[in-house]
Amino acid sequence: MKKFLALLLVLSMTLALVACGGGNSGNNGGANNGGGNNGGSSDNGGNSGNNGGNDGGGAGTASGTFKLGGIGPMTGDAAQYGTAAMTGAQIAVDEINALGGDIQFEFQAQDDVNVVDNAVNAYNTLKDWGMQILVGAVTTQPCISVASEANTDRIFALTPSASSTDVTAGKDNMFQMCFTDPNQGKAGSEYTKENFPDAKVAVIYRNDDAYSTGIYEAFKAEMGDSIVYEGTFTEGTQTDFSVQLTAAKDAGADVIYLPIYYQPATVILNQAKGMNYAPTFIGVDGMDGILDQEGFDKSLAEGVLVMSPFSASATDERTVSFVTEYQNRLDQLPNQFAADGYDCVYAIYEAIQAAGITSDMSNEEICDALIATFTSDSFSFDGLTGSGMTWSTNGEVTKLPMAFLIKDGVYTKP
Amino acid sequence: MVFFSYLFSGVSLGSVYAIIALGYTMVYGIAKMLNFAHGDVIMVGGYICYCSMAYLGLPAIVSVLLSMVVCTVLGVVIEGLAYRPLRQAGSLAVLITAIGVSYFLQNAAQLIWGVTPKIFTSVVSFKLPESLTGLGLTSEAIITMVSCVIIMIVLTAFVNHTKMGKAMRACSEDKGAAQLMGINVNRTISLTFAIGSALAAIAGVLLCSAYPTLLPTTGSMPGIKAFTAAVFGGIGSIPGAFLGGLLLGVIEAMAKAYISTNLANAIVFAVLIVVLLVRPTGLLGKYVPEKV
Repeated sequence: MKKFLALLLVLSMTLALVACGGGNSGNNGGANNGGGNNGGSSDNGGNSGNNGGNDGGGAGTASGTFKLGGIGPMTGDAAQYGTAAMTGAQIAVDEINALGGDIQFEFQAQDDVNVVDNAVNAYNTLKDWGMQILVGAVTTQPCISVASEANTDRIFALTPSASSTDVTAGKDNMFQMCFTDPNQGKAGSEYTKENFPDAKVAVIYRNDDAYSTGIYEAFKAEMGDSIVYEGTFTEGTQTDFSVQLTAAKDAGADVIYLPIYYQPATVILNQAKGMNYAPTFIGVDGMDGILDQEGFDKSLAEGVLVMSPFSASATDERTVSFVTEYQNRLDQLPNQFAADGYDCVYAIYEAIQAAGITSDMSNEEICDALIATFTSDSFSFDGLTGSGMTWSTNGEVTKLPMAFLIKDGVYTKP
Repeated sequence: MVFFSYLFSGVSLGSVYAIIALGYTMVYGIAKMLNFAHGDVIMVGGYICYCSMAYLGLPAIVSVLLSMVVCTVLGVVIEGLAYRPLRQAGSLAVLITAIGVSYFLQNAAQLIWGVTPKIFTSVVSFKLPESLTGLGLTSEAIITMVSCVIIMIVLTAFVNHTKMGKAMRACSEDKGAAQLMGINVNRTISLTFAIGSALAAIAGVLLCSAYPTLLPTTGSMPGIKAFTAAVFGGIGSIPGAFLGGLLLGVIEAMAKAYISTNLANAIVFAVLIVVLLVRPTGLLGKYVPEKV
């Protein structure tokens, strides 16, 4: 009887908590695996760029149903990145399937919790399922391991967002949709030099994270002596930055470069305001998403510059329809990861068309054909995260970063 | 001048560690078990307070009380379902269960509240004069310090001067003997968890007020740091948790400021090792000889 009562208590409490969670508790499961076409998505403008790659001189007519696998963290503390990228990819898959063309996709997303072992397991699950092309992994460390597996198995892989150069190094079948970290650091330093020529610059970066240090090192190499203060933090110390900020203020820094994700950046902005310190903050693409946090005081981010290839507030038709569809599914604005995931599927779709790949080809044939297409001079891809994207033989993408200024709570062109 | 800013950052951080460590040390002192789920009860406390302010529109003080009530119930339920059946089992089994509960709470929170961070609005509404904020002192830090001291005094008085407190001390010394003397051991330990969890709710609200990003994993790292603080000060000792928390925060801030931000954590733990080598029971811990 006692046990029953206890159970009842737990149940009622869980219910109470669910009720408390309100409207946004429903959809966090992430990408749904079914290929079901979403009613509203078939009539949008998502396909305007499709034929750009078609004139690459394909060997035959591309056709068949391709099995696309996706790997990313959908639980754990990096869950928002994987959920976003996989949902973006799912939207692209649904749009392409709704066209009813010769090429159809089956998409299955697996959770890796941002843990290397789980990523390899997820990869094996997908391989058993019959995956022909991989979209992933979303985060850097898991992606490095998955990339070696995919390289051995000759499965073509395109990661939405794993940005370290280690991801692609030595693996000819691994391609990136996002910038490499060094390229982003370099772009950041060029932007800073051009717009703040005499500024004293401080950098705060996370030194147990490959993404953050990768950007920082390239930035530092370009900026040299104009950096007056360098502060670091780790996963264990990312809740308090008052010491780093005091030191930066003490060193007279008027620009602070933040090659970090948005959660620690939120704390930094909050504490800087608390101590009446108002330098210009320059963020990287990991900063994207800062405005979408529930309860975030948007005035904190006023005047922050974000170097990112994607903005949900862009007004072109393709972005608008993507944002609307994404909001229908997850009840939040898509970030850059979602757009990267979406672009990955379309890039693969266009490359399949250009190369005339059929789904009955072996994984190795598909892989070789896609590598040849992605690296060919005639292939360029227009997506949500940039236009005229091309890939080099080492798998790095070339596209232009854009700087957004946060003004009145929205991204604007500076 | 800058030194004082660093000192105040250290004290602010330390006071948060201290308030979490109080709950840890209280439960350890009485039930002789490490409740690793404490950090996650803190997170739940933060979320309940957030929900009650953001969705129900309740005033801050009511939200804090509500989150205390919910956490108290949660703590008692956790104790009853997960720890009580293991009362006779080895301490390792209980420890592993505690880690399991911690993961359960984290993942349940993720299912309920999702993975995008929520930004907590501070429950502290008064503002400090600018001369003080310029030094890095925040009103949240002051409130945290004050609550910490009050809680410490009340807890010490409760444990030392009430009948329930006496029962708690008896249970902590010898559960079997306490039961023979007519003390309801289960109820006493439940009460301990109730108090510990209510403290966790307060700690959660103050933690989130000071460092406003609220995630399902928010409680885990401060939880571990606070556990360190509790060991540092002498686990089981209530003033020790307070002292340990403050020292840990100040050492961390000073190490970051004057030695290296890279080495801050290493230095904190190096100090802990030295202290434990010199005083194995922590700064204020009592040495209890094993009787045979």
